[in-house]
Amino acid sequence: MSDAATTSSPCWLGYLRSDGRKGVRNLVLVVYTVECAQHVAHAIAAGEEDVHVVGFPGCYDNQYAIRLMLALCRHPNVGAVLAVGLGCEYTRPDKIAEVVRESGRPAEWFRIQDVGGTKSSVERGNSVISNLKSQISDCPRVPMTLADLVVGCECGGSDGTSGLAGNPVVGAFFDRLVDAGGSAIFEEIVEMIGLNQIMLDRAASPQAREQLAAAYDKAVRYCRDVRQWSASPGNFAGGLTTIEEKSMGAFAKSGTRPIQGVIKVSQAPPHAGLWLMDSVPDEHFMQFGYTNPNDTEGIMDLISAGAQIVLFVTGRGSVIGSPVAPLIKVTGNSRTYQRMIDDMDFDAGRVLSGETTLDQAADALRDLIVAVARGRQSKPEALGHREYFLMYKHQDTPPLEIGCRA
Amino acid sequence: MTPRCFQVHPSDSVATLLDDVPTAPATVGVLSSRGQSEVTATEPIVQAHKIALRDIRAGEPIVKFGVAIGAAISDIRAGQWVHLHNCKSNFDQRSQTLDVHTGATTDTKYE
Repeated sequence: MSDAATTSSPCWLGYLRSDGRKGVRNLVLVVYTVECAQHVAHAIAAGEEDVHVVGFPGCYDNQYAIRLMLALCRHPNVGAVLAVGLGCEYTRPDKIAEVVRESGRPAEWFRIQDVGGTKSSVERGNSVISNLKSQISDCPRVPMTLADLVVGCECGGSDGTSGLAGNPVVGAFFDRLVDAGGSAIFEEIVEMIGLNQIMLDRAASPQAREQLAAAYDKAVRYCRDVRQWSASPGNFAGGLTTIEEKSMGAFAKSGTRPIQGVIKVSQAPPHAGLWLMDSVPDEHFMQFGYTNPNDTEGIMDLISAGAQIVLFVTGRGSVIGSPVAPLIKVTGNSRTYQRMIDDMDFDAGRVLSGETTLDQAADALRDLIVAVARGRQSKPEALGHREYFLMYKHQDTPPLEIGCRA
Repeated sequence: MTPRCFQVHPSDSVATLLDDVPTAPATVGVLSSRGQSEVTATEPIVQAHKIALRDIRAGEPIVKFGVAIGAAISDIRAGQWVHLHNCKSNFDQRSQTLDVHTGATTDTKYE
């Protein structure tokens, strides 16, 4: 088979989960249910290959955060789960393990106060992990193609190149992914400020148009209320002057295909195609925090929708990664690529220097994504970056008819 | 080498620098879908920042990507640096308080 034929319909082996979704990794996820259990959870995972950690810091529970943890625990890249609680908190590790078992995955749980202290809990955790690992070692491997992929895209540390190269190259890849029958998710609706009409014109249906309009109006309302717009000092230093300018650049990552509709955090896309994720809080008597406190939070949101791989576009440079799904770093700034070459996976700035075309760059990005799906570690993954940020927030529970939750 | 800038949309009044303009005046090549032209930078501008391609009057929209990304606060001449000091968002008020070069906050108390 020629190289061209190989790249036009790449196929690799994925991990089949009982809900039919396919993962590109076979991980054990340790999830803690309060900050007080955080150290023990990380000590359990320390030095263990393919064991990742997420957790929620709050003692008082939160429906949004629980939905998010459960979505991560039942992610296609996750094969088994250990839930670790302290014992005082509202969030229940026993219920997490129960729901995860119902998804067909082995799951265990314990409370630190019941087991003893730090040392005995870490020992217990280590033995549970080794048991879970052996249980998932024979997970069925099945052929996987781009049609089985859900890819998310976040941008952060944006500069003037992000909207010219980094995001447009991702957009051109998203077009290819959607055309191949896969799913693409972009978020950061708070970075679509001023683009109402441009966004609505991309709606795949009247229903999608209605969802997009409602999500846009909510985002503008929320930003006005909390007096926070999603642009950071680094963005301004990098030449972006207004949120409208940053928004036009950020929206370029969506490519050109019709937007199927809006999904919320922890909701899997109801069908393949291009989707916008709404991570802005819904109306609630508590106005929780800020819309998008940092890039890590947004990346976890995308993973909660079932994205097996997430792209992170950064002009200024960033050194984050993610648990659960590999993060691939794309920069539109060749200087940043050279300066942070150990962290950057892909130099989209070569489009601006004329060394490559947008289409060639999108094909090369697709090849890189396929390589990572096949098992090659992305740079943040190889460096051991596993940042996560789960926060208190309120979003109305999406009705079941919209689509199954991840 | 002549520094270059990129004009995304034919109607744009600003272009993004692909290279630094360390000294001024300096000739800058303008790349666009219509081919190549030139503008004279009248002040130093760093890569990824914006240069005005034509005169823009105070209050007029600043156009990039073919859309208004903000409004001019003062009269801007072709070749000038366009940023927080002469362009403001129609949404975000706080950005006007940030340091024009570093983007650093100036309105939060550290005391």
